[in-house]
Amino acid sequence: MTAIAENKPAYDGKVLDLTGKSGARAFKNTLATVLIVLAFAVAMIPLVWILFTVVSKGYHLLLSADWWSQSQRGITVRRAGGGAYHAIMGTLIMALITAVIAVPIAILGAIYLVEYGKGTRAAKVVSFMIDILTGVPSIVAALFVYAVWITVFGFNRVGFAVSLSLVLLMLPVVLRSTEEMLKLVPDELREASYALGVPKWKTILKVVVPTAFGGIITGVMLGLARVMGETAPLLILVGYSKNINLNPFSGFQGALPTMINQDRTELALPNAADRVWAAALTLILLVLALNLLARLIARFSAIKSK
Amino acid sequence: MSSPDGTAPPDRPDGTAAEEAEPKIEDLVHEDAGPTPQFGGLAAEHADHDAAQQPAEVMTESGVEAAGTTTATETGGKLELGPVGHLGDRLFGGLARGSGGLVVLIVAFVGIFLLALAIPALIDDKSNFLFSRIWEPGGDQPRFGIAALFYTTVISSIIAMLIAVPIAIGVALFVTYYAPKRLAAPVAHAVDLLAAVPSIIYGLWGILFFAPILRPVINGLSTALGWIPLFEKPPGDNVGVVFTASVVLAIMILPVVTAISREIFAQTPITHREGALALGATRWEMIRLSVLPYGRSGVVSASMLGLGRALGETVAVLIILSVPNGNDPWNSSIFAGGETFASKIANNAAEFDSPEKTGAYIAAGLVLFVVTFLVNSAARIIVDRSTPGTKRPRRNRRAGAAEGASA
Repeated sequence: MTAIAENKPAYDGKVLDLTGKSGARAFKNTLATVLIVLAFAVAMIPLVWILFTVVSKGYHLLLSADWWSQSQRGITVRRAGGGAYHAIMGTLIMALITAVIAVPIAILGAIYLVEYGKGTRAAKVVSFMIDILTGVPSIVAALFVYAVWITVFGFNRVGFAVSLSLVLLMLPVVLRSTEEMLKLVPDELREASYALGVPKWKTILKVVVPTAFGGIITGVMLGLARVMGETAPLLILVGYSKNINLNPFSGFQGALPTMINQDRTELALPNAADRVWAAALTLILLVLALNLLARLIARFSAIKSK
Repeated sequence: MSSPDGTAPPDRPDGTAAEEAEPKIEDLVHEDAGPTPQFGGLAAEHADHDAAQQPAEVMTESGVEAAGTTTATETGGKLELGPVGHLGDRLFGGLARGSGGLVVLIVAFVGIFLLALAIPALIDDKSNFLFSRIWEPGGDQPRFGIAALFYTTVISSIIAMLIAVPIAIGVALFVTYYAPKRLAAPVAHAVDLLAAVPSIIYGLWGILFFAPILRPVINGLSTALGWIPLFEKPPGDNVGVVFTASVVLAIMILPVVTAISREIFAQTPITHREGALALGATRWEMIRLSVLPYGRSGVVSASMLGLGRALGETVAVLIILSVPNGNDPWNSSIFAGGETFASKIANNAAEFDSPEKTGAYIAAGLVLFVVTFLVNSAARIIVDRSTPGTKRPRRNRRAGAAEGASA
């Protein structure tokens, strides 16, 4: 008994303070906090700067009704007037066709990866190819479609060709985000559905996909945001037209990025500069509107889990 | 839980749902208890509790790869996963598989078509395609090589990634673990907005507004490091240089890298985070011990996505980079102008008039495709090696189960 008492370290009078952190650790923690907040601030600067530039230089043309209802037909670089209707419609039509083709393939592909092929060799190959497709630059996608559509099949440069190349860009974005969302759906939900005797396909369509719906929509919108602003395929696969052309299968078609590109070398001319920035603002607003819409849809359709 | 009877729904005698549900339980255990950080024993015990005190051996023996195949034998009578009875199931499964196959086909076609159209031009090429810096396609003596394009493309993208990734990780951590709850969502939205800005606008803004700001940075760097050829500033006051393009590319890939890192960081299991905090970790230590290891592979794949975008970014680079004068000697400095694969192709889209010329640009595009292919493959290998939830947790859980058994 006495030995035990003697082995006890002598109380040195200091109180062990468990409330604070040691100096070095506290310092590191503070340093990390400062750096992380700083990183955020640095990231916000270009965003604010770009938006301010585009809005301040572009907003006044957007206030006129002509901008939304007229084309640039017959308007030369030096002249003011006209609108962006042709370009807005061109961008929307191409994006819509892209989404119609890409989204079903993407969602089904994601379902394959998560629900059917999980762990199989085939799924690994598919997953690998999606990674590759994700990295395919827009210019390569455009060249590929150029090779198929124009060189091999001998078709003309039209808006639909642009959509085809945009599908390659949108597909992996939507597929990956859908896959991630499907993975997040708790297995309890699937099992509950199976336990009620619901077949697998119905479980996927009625339980899994609706649960992940918000995330899927976000992915679709991210994909749309990526493809709507793409310029490279437009440069290669369709000519810019100042006239209204609503047919993606024939003739040149205007689009907002190419409208910007058209006049960007003439920025010294005030009218051309106005148009460039107004088209830029329109493009940003378009993407933004889609984003907000997506968030609204996601909010009202989200199924709460737990 | 481990016996098929336990999961078979009573009203489905054909056992369809049981067959489907069986591997799911394995997956569930894997994903929920999944990636285990360094404080092994504690988390392993968690995993055991999560598994609801069911026989731990079964869970530990069947890995992700084994799920669905060996499981049934271990649990007794092997369940035959034959064709599912429902027509809907077969149709829907077929559609899903078809879509998966289509993705593979698309990638294969991209490679095949580009190669098929590039080969004739490559055969006619009178100079070394890989090592020549000359670009004079078309005519009787087409001579073109990609050395200069390759160099500018790679160096600009790597610099962009070096700038963007640390900032992106910082922003992602800020959004997930530092920003006040009420601020987090708007902040995340704001960063997403950066991705919504089209590249052509980045290009315009970059050359008109941002490049002048970078001028002193370029001058400072070239004064300090000018003895290295990479940082040597050629004469003249040129802001449309590789470095400017790189910084703008960094801004452009920032939201991509941030968005994915953020998702991954936010998914760090709360048990890991609270475990770290409960052991007395500071917030930074908690992040270093639980969030960063968990998100590492995600950040790598995000960075590679960003790199891929930077490599292939066309219009912003096209607008910013000043094309060197044909008579100037080639300059390796990042403070000189240049052309990337993408900007070269886009700049000369009007030249696609003869098959020979088009073939030369398609060959350049093919090289770009191969480069991005390699980058993504490398990323994939890194991710596969370090993915949380495959290898490490399994080992840990096995160790945890052994501890549990001995205790």
